[in-house]
Amino acid sequence: MSDADVLLLGAVAYDPKVVTIWEGFKAYFERRDLPFDYILYSNYERQVEALLDDLIHVAWNSPLAWIRAERLARARGRSVRAIAMRDTDRDLTSIIVVRADSPVGAVTDLKGKRVAVGAVDSPQATLLPLAHLSQHGLRPGIDFEVQRHDVLGGKHGDHIGGERDAARALMAGRADAACMIDGNLLLFVNEGTLRPGATRVLTRTGRYDHCNLTVGPGAPADLVERFRALVLAMAYDDAEVRPLLDLEGLRAWREGRVEGYRALGAAVDELGFYDRDGNVTSVDYRY
Amino acid sequence: MTATATSPASIIDIDDLGFDRGAHVLIKRALAGLPVGGRLGVRGRAPDLAVHLAGWCRKEGHQLEPAPPPLVAWIVRGSAQTGRWRGAEPAGKPIASEPGAVVDHPKASWGVAARGATVEAGAPEFPFPLASKEILWTDDAGRLYAQAVAAQWDPNTAIDWDAAFELPAEVEDAVVQIMTYLIENENAALLVPARFLGQMHPHFREVLQVLAVQIADEARHVEVFTRRALLRGRRLGLSTAGGQASLKTLLEEPDFALASFLLSVLGEGSFLNLLSFLQAHGPDPVTRQIARLAAQDEARHVAFGMAHLQSHLASDPGLRGRLAAAVERRHAALAQTAGLNDEVFDALIVLAAGAWRPAAIAEGFERVQALKVEMAAGRRRRLTKLGFSEPDAASLSDLHTRNFM
Repeated sequence: MSDADVLLLGAVAYDPKVVTIWEGFKAYFERRDLPFDYILYSNYERQVEALLDDLIHVAWNSPLAWIRAERLARARGRSVRAIAMRDTDRDLTSIIVVRADSPVGAVTDLKGKRVAVGAVDSPQATLLPLAHLSQHGLRPGIDFEVQRHDVLGGKHGDHIGGERDAARALMAGRADAACMIDGNLLLFVNEGTLRPGATRVLTRTGRYDHCNLTVGPGAPADLVERFRALVLAMAYDDAEVRPLLDLEGLRAWREGRVEGYRALGAAVDELGFYDRDGNVTSVDYRY
Repeated sequence: MTATATSPASIIDIDDLGFDRGAHVLIKRALAGLPVGGRLGVRGRAPDLAVHLAGWCRKEGHQLEPAPPPLVAWIVRGSAQTGRWRGAEPAGKPIASEPGAVVDHPKASWGVAARGATVEAGAPEFPFPLASKEILWTDDAGRLYAQAVAAQWDPNTAIDWDAAFELPAEVEDAVVQIMTYLIENENAALLVPARFLGQMHPHFREVLQVLAVQIADEARHVEVFTRRALLRGRRLGLSTAGGQASLKTLLEEPDFALASFLLSVLGEGSFLNLLSFLQAHGPDPVTRQIARLAAQDEARHVAFGMAHLQSHLASDPGLRGRLAAAVERRHAALAQTAGLNDEVFDALIVLAAGAWRPAAIAEGFERVQALKVEMAAGRRRRLTKLGFSEPDAASLSDLHTRNFM
């Protein structure tokens, strides 16, 4: 069977569970007569480049990887599509929290303070919160100190270690504020990184969307359509697939949509992470 | 907290309870009373409630909709929770005496779930090699477990370690040699059930419990025999190649029924006589107390072995032939070994004699001979109870290892 007959998906190995997830999905698809294989990448940049070079058909992309894929495609006169996303990828917000007893009462009080963020390439814990502060007139690195917590560059913050380190810095008094996804505030309290009642949400970004399954420009349409139909048909009450959905952190797959990436696109421009053609322009980015 | 139920929509007020202090418990309870698609309005005063509500609902698969004050939001119940339990099934029933409580072949996917629990579909399979009621079960298991738990004793308080006694040096040596021999036998008696215990489906809970206590019994026996051996500052005695070869055949028996037959029915059965002998003829009060307590435990081990073999034989009479073959196989394997070592045999005589006078030694010798006769009679009696004919019981008893266990 040649590669043209097999749907090839790229995923980033941000955690060992990624192997379990995609081995499971591979078996699931093959039992339903969809020839499927996956290729793991160590970072989203290489995965997106592979997608645009037609080395893979579909990429399980972070929101930042979607932005880059879309820009690279446009620069080459081609196009990519988002065909599906998790229910948990929709309508996220990021928050900036301070210690409950902090004198910081308004966003502008962060002027001159230390703001802990996640990895340089984390949409949720770095790019979107920094752009949010910028909208409030606070320029990163000028009006306040950006304290970065780089863990596993190139994973676009999927590995939440950087976000957790930012929360720890806040608790330890090394930072005056910390940035994270809304849901992680509760996670960090439950796991003991943050003490209950010890923090206060200072501000919250607008809603945005997270990962999507991005189809590359050269993907075989019939295979992609069968893949999309099988993905959207996965049901949480199916015991065969439920453990995989639990591992991947969703209850249901939804149709892809791209409106939820506008804010991140603007943040990427403002912070100079990629240029308009999808080239990496962030000088501090290592992956 | 107040909840007004006007299903499929209701309102909950969680006061100042935040998600960082357990608010999800109240929200879950309120949602459980609504159908999928039902709406729950949330009121509350906890700081950051809206942020937490958004994150929690997304994770749990519920929709969140804006709501006018004083509500924080509407939660629209998702289907994930009901979906999770579709196809779930009960793993038998907890009370063994209820009809259908203990099934013939529990599913591998029931795994380590409590008997009677509702098990989610898609649970991982635990390939327990011993998962058949016919092989493991006896209705007596629960009763024997309860007895075993009630009869546990504390070596520190149950035995008067400070009891005053003086023994001639050689008699003390004999006691130490017997203790050394008992310890290695009890090590084997601990390991044999432990090996099988790790292979058993926990659905047969009472059987696992009996064996777990049996293993703990042996651990305690090893302790008290060791303490008695060291009580007068002696070194431990001798361990022979023949004795260990005999015990090794027990550990190497891969079949649960055959191993428990050889160990519990024949071996520990013979040990019951040996412990009674030590209780009667032990030269000091500590040895006699230890023997009495250990014999109580061993009697239960024998009773359980007999009970589950009787149940097994009732459904599989062919097992009887395999039991006989196991004895013959073990006899053949041990034919070239020395059997009970001279040191133990002589120590038993000295111990029962209690002195070095010729008349005392003669009496000790006679008592040990009588012990061997009692052991053989006990084995024959138990074999007959398992359905062997008198002649078969006699010949199988004679083939039992000369090492006693």
